[in-house]
Amino acid sequence: MDKIIVKDLNIDYGGVPALKGVNFSVKDKEILGVIGPANSGKTSFLRALNRLNDLDLACRMKGSILLNGKDINREMDAEEVRKKVTMVFALPIPLPMSIFDNVAYGPRRHGVKDKKKLEEIVEKSLKASFLWEEVKDRLSSSGMKLSGGQQQRLCIARTLAVEPEVILYDEPCSGLDPISTAKVEEAMRELKSRYTQILVTNNVKQAARVGDRVAFFLMGDLVEIDEAQKLFTTPRDKRTNDYLTGRFG
Amino acid sequence: MKLKSQTTQKIAFTLLGLAAVTVIVPVILILVILIQRGWPAISWQFLTEMPRMGMRAGGIFPAIMGTLCLVACAISVALPLGVLTAIYLVEYAKKNWWTRMIEIAIVNLAGVPSVVYGLFGLGLFVIFFHFGSSILAGALTLAIMELPVIITSSKEALMSVPRSFREASLALGVSKWETIRCVVLPNALPGILTGSILGVSRTAGETAPILFTVAAFYLPRLPQSIFDQCMALPYHLYVLSTQVPNVKPALQYGTALVLVGMVFSLNLVAILVRAHIRSKKQW
Repeated sequence: MDKIIVKDLNIDYGGVPALKGVNFSVKDKEILGVIGPANSGKTSFLRALNRLNDLDLACRMKGSILLNGKDINREMDAEEVRKKVTMVFALPIPLPMSIFDNVAYGPRRHGVKDKKKLEEIVEKSLKASFLWEEVKDRLSSSGMKLSGGQQQRLCIARTLAVEPEVILYDEPCSGLDPISTAKVEEAMRELKSRYTQILVTNNVKQAARVGDRVAFFLMGDLVEIDEAQKLFTTPRDKRTNDYLTGRFG
Repeated sequence: MKLKSQTTQKIAFTLLGLAAVTVIVPVILILVILIQRGWPAISWQFLTEMPRMGMRAGGIFPAIMGTLCLVACAISVALPLGVLTAIYLVEYAKKNWWTRMIEIAIVNLAGVPSVVYGLFGLGLFVIFFHFGSSILAGALTLAIMELPVIITSSKEALMSVPRSFREASLALGVSKWETIRCVVLPNALPGILTGSILGVSRTAGETAPILFTVAAFYLPRLPQSIFDQCMALPYHLYVLSTQVPNVKPALQYGTALVLVGMVFSLNLVAILVRAHIRSKKQW
């Protein structure tokens, strides 16, 4: 079943095209790796999926994106889209509040007031992002005091707490060391059973490690999308092959 | 050649140092003179009693109370208005000519001479709105004077909250207003408060704006409501210095000392708030 269908998506920033007529779909509960060099349109694509591009006044978009068959730009409002399609950013951004409040932030804003319920959500989310064991004794200390890798997993827990359907990762490990990266990747694999995940990454090997399918973007075009296994061993397009073998990028 | 560059450096440092000293000399002189001549006048009676014998004796209690009233009323009008304006300008306003007009107006508001504010207050609040010469009219006039300072410092405080915080919150499906209320405002609050207190402390010592709108030469009793006139420290000081003959100089200096003390303690509060928040700031 297709979770997200992208139809003829064009994005430009003040006349500079970032994405040129992209068509494809994302399956339910898969991890889609998105790779490509800088300026290939990966991040623009990701930010279109939860309408964060709306915040950029210079950004123009054409085409449509369907989530569960509904057009996110015409049939849903931005808050509804972003609640279902949440995002983990490149740099971990804990809000300047306690670990508990960070995770409870989303549910609280969406109307959960019951303390017991909030505690449950926080524990469940932190366990799902593999952070619970490390922070369970200091939930009231600041989220800013955690290490980089822990902060990123805190951000993942924070997105999980709003019970999304799709999680977007924008190069989530670009600032992390290999051990923290491994932990974040482990969290993604664990979450696979419940969520559709899209991982934009500069790290080709990471896409190979966690992606079920991988899409290769270049200069605003979707060059190729295929099973990770196939794309990495027998790419159909020469440009994909050149990128993967390091001829450019 | 090397010696020469060191010599010019020494000359430059000396000049810079002298400039810095020149700046603090007047401050120190004012404080020393005020404390030296005004301190003997300060007593519990001076602070808590009504003036007597045509203001040549007794205390300055009504003037202190009047100034406190004016400051409190002015800030309770200016703070919400200023902060809401700043939120609108920073978070919602589109970058078009209308927004630029508002911003230019605010900058110009800051440059208007205080006596013009006084006349404006007289025309608008005292006469047009029939508030008469009253605390209400005076406080509103002071509030307009405070607005540019409050708006400017609030804007800076709001803009200093990282954009990434806003995006992190919005990406969770939280609405824009909730994001402002729960993430942006709490983090901007210290900056807003500090700027506002500084704005207030500046207007607390103003004479011209209250001259036509509220200040009374002498009142035998305290104001009963915001529609009453009141005495105020800056105007009282002016009266003691120029309008009443044979006033003991200690009384004038004592009044000035109290006024400076009030303004100084307001600034001190602002500095302490800022230092406290900076030590706790996490980003």
